[in-house]
Amino acid sequence: MIVLLAVTVGALYAAGVYLLLQRTLTRIVIGLAVLAHGANLLLLLAGGRAGRAPIVDGEAGRVADPLPQALALTAIVIAFGVSAFLLALAHRSRRQTHDDIVQDDVEDRRIARMARGETHR
Amino acid sequence: MLILILLHALAALTALALGRRLGPRVFLVAALAPLVSVGLLAGRAPGVLDGRPVDEALRWAPSLGLVAAFRLDGFALLVGGLVAGIGVLVMVYASAYFHRGPAVGRAAALLVAFAGAMLGIVLADDLLLIYVFWELTSITSYLLIGIEDQKGSARAAALHALLVTGGGGLAMLGGFVLLGQEAGTYRLSEILAAPPSGGLVGPALALILVGAFTKSAQFPFHGWLPGAMSAPTPISAYLHSATMVKAGVYLIARLAPAFAAAVAFWRPTVVLVGLATMLLGGWRALRETDLKLLLAYGTVSQLGFMTTLFGVGLPEWTFAGAAILLTHALFKAALFMVVGIVDHQAGTRDLRHLGVLWRALPMTAAVAVVAAASMAGLPLLATFPAKEFAFEAALHGGLGRLDPVLAVGLVGGSALTAAYAFRFAWGAFIGGRGAQPTTAKPPARALLGPALVLSALSIALGVAPVLADKVVAPAAQALHADASGLHLALWHGITSALVASAIAVGVGVVLFVRRYAVVRLQRRLQVLPPASAVYARAIERLLHGADLVTGFVQNGSLPIYLGVILLTAVMLPAAHLVAGGSLPQQWVVAETPMQALVTVLTIGAAIGTAVAARRFVAVLFLGGVGYGVAVLFVIQGAPDLALTQFLVETLALVIFVLVLRHLPERFGGSPSRRSHVLRLAVAGIVGVFVTAFALVAAAARTGESVSEEFLARSLPEAGGRNVVNVILVDFRAIDTLGEITVLGVAALGVAALVRTKVDDDT
Repeated sequence: MIVLLAVTVGALYAAGVYLLLQRTLTRIVIGLAVLAHGANLLLLLAGGRAGRAPIVDGEAGRVADPLPQALALTAIVIAFGVSAFLLALAHRSRRQTHDDIVQDDVEDRRIARMARGETHR
Repeated sequence: MLILILLHALAALTALALGRRLGPRVFLVAALAPLVSVGLLAGRAPGVLDGRPVDEALRWAPSLGLVAAFRLDGFALLVGGLVAGIGVLVMVYASAYFHRGPAVGRAAALLVAFAGAMLGIVLADDLLLIYVFWELTSITSYLLIGIEDQKGSARAAALHALLVTGGGGLAMLGGFVLLGQEAGTYRLSEILAAPPSGGLVGPALALILVGAFTKSAQFPFHGWLPGAMSAPTPISAYLHSATMVKAGVYLIARLAPAFAAAVAFWRPTVVLVGLATMLLGGWRALRETDLKLLLAYGTVSQLGFMTTLFGVGLPEWTFAGAAILLTHALFKAALFMVVGIVDHQAGTRDLRHLGVLWRALPMTAAVAVVAAASMAGLPLLATFPAKEFAFEAALHGGLGRLDPVLAVGLVGGSALTAAYAFRFAWGAFIGGRGAQPTTAKPPARALLGPALVLSALSIALGVAPVLADKVVAPAAQALHADASGLHLALWHGITSALVASAIAVGVGVVLFVRRYAVVRLQRRLQVLPPASAVYARAIERLLHGADLVTGFVQNGSLPIYLGVILLTAVMLPAAHLVAGGSLPQQWVVAETPMQALVTVLTIGAAIGTAVAARRFVAVLFLGGVGYGVAVLFVIQGAPDLALTQFLVETLALVIFVLVLRHLPERFGGSPSRRSHVLRLAVAGIVGVFVTAFALVAAAARTGESVSEEFLARSLPEAGGRNVVNVILVDFRAIDTLGEITVLGVAALGVAALVRTKVDDDT
């Protein structure tokens, strides 16, 4: 199979995951978008080798598998929706806190401090 | 029998609805349900007492093997009769005890609901059904202890009771399931008729015993019962002396004849726990000055007594247990009612402030003295012949090394019982407080009447034990087929049992006369920490443990959560991949040189997004990745995808720029070196896994693609040449509808986030 495509998919996933694990919301959004690209490419790769566009025109020759293409098309649009939503979230976060850093959950941190005996309930 | 339980549920709802209008009289309405039960049980009694149990089964969910099975035999008749009969008396008593208030309807409803659940435990013949009713009594007990919900102490006591009895109930459920699986049936009567002997029977019974011990307040679980005394006295009288706490004893009584001899640990465990509880409870009762607490520890002690008697599992012992069960319910309910009357009329129930009450409350004092004398085991009162029977069994022997323990323990426990009984009667009613009479108003007839009935019964059954024999003998026989021919008698002659009784009462008198010395000794002998302190410590530890676990697992950091999820998502399939995946046969580096070039560029852009320190640069690299992927789509033969990708990528770029305008130029915050390395590691692992997965997955195809069919049907059936389009809008149109819906929801979310005003104070 196409080794370079597989490596590209892996590289996109790695970069996406690395960004996803950051605390800046913008980088998380970018990471998700990169991940989505990787996923779409993976779908297409699973469909097999390259071929002619899946259009019925009577010509002979290998046709690319249309099903992964349909799946990927749906995925592209949904990834776009997710990106837009997260960007709106980053926008609002900036307006409220003047930054887009994802903070730790305050309540959860309090419980952890309680367990270490630093505060009491 | 099911109808009886439903009747109680109906009465509970009625009481709840009428509580506000009727005030305390609502208890009289609620009393109708147990009253009808008494009538129905009495109607069935002749046949049951002749040894013909009544079976009733409602096939509820037969496919699951769930049958609501009930069985009324001699023992169920005895306990059920007590539950219903004392239920009526307690509710009459409560109608005079409670004052008008918002909680009255709730109290009446819960009390009658409890009565129904308790009746359910006694009548049910199915282990799972018993469990359901068992937990219902735990829950109603919790709500009743905490009925004065403004008092923190009442809430804490209620929680303590619920945690202990509920925890025990869970253990018991485990035991029931094991026992049911071993026996192949959950019908109690069938299990007892042919006891299973598989390897799981031991663990099953151990778990069931935990449930029974917690419910019947056996050492070391006894701490909740004295705490439960913060409930109003009618509730204590009914739940925590006469009925609910006997549920554990009831279960032990049922199981012991079948398992006591067959399971090695049963007899020593149950007997020793019971005796320890009997002695400990009696010892503590000698110290208490609150009359109600004194009785509560007395109840703990008596429950230990019954646990011991039933736990042995031999006919004489079972018979003695059934007799004590009956007489204890009579005198203990009466004593609790008396304490309630004293509290109600004199305004205190503290021994240090009470004395010579017989002048102010002559009838109440008479009732109290009779009940206390029955508790002490004096002749001509109900408990005396029952206790004689127990001593007879204990001195008869035949249990090996347990014989001397049982004889000494039972006589010692009875001596303690006699001592606190004298202390109760003397301290409050006859002498006490320097013989200064306490003043009190005479009680209402409804307050005194029920206790009077119970004490009268104690006398009647004491003078004519043959009356008690009429119900006790069939009860014992229902538990133990060999128990026929055993009978209670007023006078056995001068036997060793009589001598044991005399010793017990005599030692009791000495302990009573030297009561101040006893209290001093108790103070010095305080070796064990009080059960309440143990409980408090256990709860503290539990909460700390929960904090530790929560603080570790739910640490509030998004990157850590994501990291854990990602690694889990990688590890599980990776194991399969290593175990069963096969690599492709033919390797192709790239389709065309163009493809090779674009993949390299795309990988470069992806690395760029990760390392860029400025927001705009990162977004431009993201655009590069998007356009690169679009070109790869073209090469792969997917022009529709490429077109969409170009459009969406451009649009996304515009939105990014709109938002980034307002954000700082550089990404803020520099993470620690350690977390940086961790992120890189997770990213690397995921990348390697996905690459391997892509290679293996692409090689894993064995059959034809379903797309062959789509290609063939596209033009003739859907009239479209572009197969991808036909799939989206025709073959898989519902999916596309879902996609559009997602977009719509996202658009709504974006609009809400962008347009809503920002609160300044957040």
